[in-house]
Amino acid sequence: MGSTNSTLSKIPNVEELMQETGFTPAHIVRLYDRFEALDKEKTGHLRPQDFGAINRLAMNPIGDRIIGAFFSPGQETVDFHSFVRILAHFRPADKKRPKDPSMPEPVNSRTSKLKYPPLVFSLISVAFQLYDQDKDGKISRAELLQVLRSMLEMQVTEEQLESIADRTIQEADLDKDDAISFEEFRKSLEKVNIDHKMSIRFLR
Amino acid sequence: MLLVSVPVLLLLSVVGKDAADLPATDASFLPDLGLRSGGQPGPSLPASPTTSLDRFQVQPREEYASPGIALARSAEEPSATTEDGGESHRHGGGFQMVQWEWSYVQTPYIIAIWILVASVAKILFHFSQRFTTVVPESCMLILLGLVLGGIVLLTSKKQLYQLEPGLFFLFLLPTIVGDAGYFMPARLFFDNLGAILLYAVVGTLWNAFCTGFCLYGVKLMGIIDQKVQAGLMEFLLFGALISAVDPVAVLAVFEEVHVNETLFIIVFGESLLNDAVTVVLYKVYMSFVEVGPENVQTADYFKGVASFLIVSIGGTMVGLIFAALLAFITRFTKKVRIIEPLLVFLMVYLAYLTAELFSLSAILSMTFCGIGCNKYVEANISQKSRTTVKYTMKTLASIAETIIFIFLGISAVDKSKWAWDTGLISCTLIFIFVFRALGVVMQTWVLNWFRLVPLDKIDQVVMSYGGLRGAVAFALVVLLDAERVPAKDYFVATTIIVVFFTVMFQGLTIKPLVNWLKVPRATNRKPTINEEIHERAFDHCLTAVEDIAGLNGYHHWRDKWEQFDKNYLSKLLLRKSVYRKSELWEVYQKINIRDAISVIDQGGNVLTSARLSLPSMASRASFPEVTNVTNYLRENGSGVCLDLQVIDNVPGAKVEEESETHHFLAGNLYKPRRRYQSHYSRHFMTVGDHERQDREIFQRNMKSRMETFKTTRHKRHSHKKDRSQKKRRGSDVKEQDLNDKPRRNVSWQDKDPVVVTVESEDEKGEHLEPEKEEDVGITFVARKVPDTPKERPKSVPAGLEVCQSPSVAPPSPTCSERNLPWKGGIGTLPVCVSMEATKIIPIDLQQAWNQSISSLESLASPPGPVEPLHPRVSALSRLGGQRPVSYSGSGVSGSGFGSRGAGSIVAQGIARFEFPPGGEEKEEEEGALSDQEQELQPLVSSSVRPPGRRRNPCVYLRSLVTAPPPGSEPLARSRGPTQL
Repeated sequence: MGSTNSTLSKIPNVEELMQETGFTPAHIVRLYDRFEALDKEKTGHLRPQDFGAINRLAMNPIGDRIIGAFFSPGQETVDFHSFVRILAHFRPADKKRPKDPSMPEPVNSRTSKLKYPPLVFSLISVAFQLYDQDKDGKISRAELLQVLRSMLEMQVTEEQLESIADRTIQEADLDKDDAISFEEFRKSLEKVNIDHKMSIRFLR
Repeated sequence: MLLVSVPVLLLLSVVGKDAADLPATDASFLPDLGLRSGGQPGPSLPASPTTSLDRFQVQPREEYASPGIALARSAEEPSATTEDGGESHRHGGGFQMVQWEWSYVQTPYIIAIWILVASVAKILFHFSQRFTTVVPESCMLILLGLVLGGIVLLTSKKQLYQLEPGLFFLFLLPTIVGDAGYFMPARLFFDNLGAILLYAVVGTLWNAFCTGFCLYGVKLMGIIDQKVQAGLMEFLLFGALISAVDPVAVLAVFEEVHVNETLFIIVFGESLLNDAVTVVLYKVYMSFVEVGPENVQTADYFKGVASFLIVSIGGTMVGLIFAALLAFITRFTKKVRIIEPLLVFLMVYLAYLTAELFSLSAILSMTFCGIGCNKYVEANISQKSRTTVKYTMKTLASIAETIIFIFLGISAVDKSKWAWDTGLISCTLIFIFVFRALGVVMQTWVLNWFRLVPLDKIDQVVMSYGGLRGAVAFALVVLLDAERVPAKDYFVATTIIVVFFTVMFQGLTIKPLVNWLKVPRATNRKPTINEEIHERAFDHCLTAVEDIAGLNGYHHWRDKWEQFDKNYLSKLLLRKSVYRKSELWEVYQKINIRDAISVIDQGGNVLTSARLSLPSMASRASFPEVTNVTNYLRENGSGVCLDLQVIDNVPGAKVEEESETHHFLAGNLYKPRRRYQSHYSRHFMTVGDHERQDREIFQRNMKSRMETFKTTRHKRHSHKKDRSQKKRRGSDVKEQDLNDKPRRNVSWQDKDPVVVTVESEDEKGEHLEPEKEEDVGITFVARKVPDTPKERPKSVPAGLEVCQSPSVAPPSPTCSERNLPWKGGIGTLPVCVSMEATKIIPIDLQQAWNQSISSLESLASPPGPVEPLHPRVSALSRLGGQRPVSYSGSGVSGSGFGSRGAGSIVAQGIARFEFPPGGEEKEEEEGALSDQEQELQPLVSSSVRPPGRRRNPCVYLRSLVTAPPPGSEPLARSRGPTQL
């Protein structure tokens, strides 16, 4: 794995990054290769267009939103570190962590992620941001409609969309402001093991 | 009988080449059988189905002849009687009125009796709730079997019955596997497919080899008695058949334990998929035993591996082919709904038989047929068929399981099987337990490197402990050839002990163990629409992240599959009408329907007023047409809190109000019910108490209402045309139209409930034939409130109102309004509070409200006049002739909540005829009314009109009521696309 080390050495602050994200060197190298491949102009930064070049992403109904999630507000580009940090949200919890025997939940439950509390939190917030495009901390009806519209196929009429959206909001809307706040969003997903649903396996 | 015997023979040739042993055993029973069938039914029990099957196997020719006998019977009968008569004449007797025809009915009779015994046993066990929570049913059934077997043994000195492999593999097992496969939670299954496959293949191989080798080693060490004449091959063979986790036992035990879904699906999936391994190992070793271990060549091992691939992949392919076939066929059953369930059973069973035919893995085939076809079939067939399939499958599987366990018990009580060898039995028990645990731990260790959600130690304990052996092992061991496997009797005895031990001891203790370990249980949570949506979004999100990170992971492939499914498979296998529906929309509808049902239970008798149709929030979406957001109100208005907040981006004040009301209404909705229960249960249909209650109340309501109301017919029309137009007009049905075609008279039962807004062309043609999609839900239609005040319905005393004749018909005021509590409040308050329901309704909505109520009422009622009807009304209705008369009964809700006395008032109030302009009526017929016209229509007219266009969603609710009462239930008017 000589190439691994050589690649790693190219990345600044790689130790810190690994520490922070929990990725193994192999992960980092792999992601770095990917990053380089996406960064066609070798600027060290990815722009939205670079993401747009991913073919399958173009076919993803909410692909644009996900691309958007990589860019913090006001920033046009994302560097490798942010790239990895964002992806780390989707990294499954560290399963090597010794398990607390008193915990009945599976290893990967939310509690086991206490090691990375910010990650857990931001996992939901990443999901939340997919909806909350104007970053006002609320999913408004219009925002929900947009997502629904993009996720549902053409067969669904606008009316149906609206009724679904209304229904969704009513269901989650606890304070009756006709929008879903982050807190409400989290509540509505309380029962879902979001770590399971929102994790992917990174090849080692 | 022919049918029965043929597959049995077939199986014999397929499953084991050495089935000769079976007939041999059977032959020993024969004399006894003859005795019994000779007209002396056993003292305690008639012969068993297995015995009769035995007979088939032993004397095939007799079986083949039997249909002939049956056929000839009718012809022979007369002559026989005359002969008898002649004899009796000789004997001085008369015509023999009663004849003993035992031999004629014997087989089916015995089978029926056994099923009855099984059912009664089941009922008895469930008498004591406390008892059944402690002791698994399977244990009790085995015990019962032991008792029954003991009785038989005592009375006839010989065990007549046992779990016959032919019967088991051809009839009992398929019913269970078919049920399991068809209702397998597919997403869960495929999410864990890797783990399942690993455990099923590697785990089973590991168990088989280790058990076999170690038993051989123990034998060499002399712990196993010398009487057990078995070499390495025999022990390997035995290890193969004893090592497979048994689906029947796993199901029986695990579904009472309710461990979490992941754990359950892994153990259960393993038990299903290891069939291929078991079959191949069994066959391979059988052939090795036949030729002798010394003659086995290296090539044979490779053949074994190839055979495994063929058996497993072939079985899967057969299953998938049949699944596709089945789905494709159900595309075309629109006009013959009645055979849909049968088709499902047939094709799934055929998948099993076909796999058996080619000696592939039948269980795999059936499982994948079920999993594969489920999505498409469920979408294609009607709601009733779905229910039928579900119930029938569950019933059959449940009874098959019961019979299996009873017969396992009975089989054990047989002297010939008591070839006890303590060494063999205890070693086997230890080995299967130890190797199971070892295997699970090692595999899990490997697996956890790859699994997103690792299986922790507790999971592993439960998985090890849940490795139950069962009837499959028993049936396989009985199939052994005693001549080639001299130790067969020992193996059989050991298998019985192992099965009993695992099913009874482990089955009994697994529940406390699970409790003690605090294994996460299955939650009874119902997915909400939020979760549905968000989880879908997550899937997309993960797919995208995988793409970005350049991984071709699970989500990548799942996404590809979904694309493929959408672009090709669904197109091919789903009906056009179904295909166009969005999945998420379907989910939404389902959730809404459940809500609607649950509201009814709250709503009590006030059904009619419970619905509100809102002219919708269309403006928000900048959609010209009205969207109807339908919601049920909770009737007992206690503690209703009104949400008056304005939605941020609502353009108009009116819309705001509407949306507020809508919001308020929806706020009162129940939480959505669970869409599905991923937990697999064979015995319970997962109908919650709540739902049952809903139905009961609903039924009661319906009945009382039906007595009250007369039929209104509503017509069905094609929605094909501009949807929005139709919706608008949906509620307008011209009752007055004397020219109505007779079909209009179709009672609502016959009507199409299909409310699908997205109607495709084919729907158009269909409108006459009911495509009974009861599940479509209820559509409530709200007419947009016209701004012109004059058009508002005036309140008229009910009595007066009734008098208006339809033909004269200026738009009649709704009498109902008078009754409506909020009527008084109109105009003064922005919000009216209805006295009864404490509903607060913004003024603007009131019209819509009234309208909706009236439309509800106007729903079709049965053709027959109903008692409390006003004379005038009935006369009118008679006038109307066959055409269904629609009443607009907004008033009902106000005063007559459900009480009989009130009913008459209601009826009167309702008995208003609609007087839509003639032109409209025609248009409605054609569905061509322009939107503008519609909008101008007074509310009254709109409300009066029956929901004609759209298929009435109410039908769904009605269908929930088991026996639709004669009267029809005015539930909702479907005007808008919104369906509840």
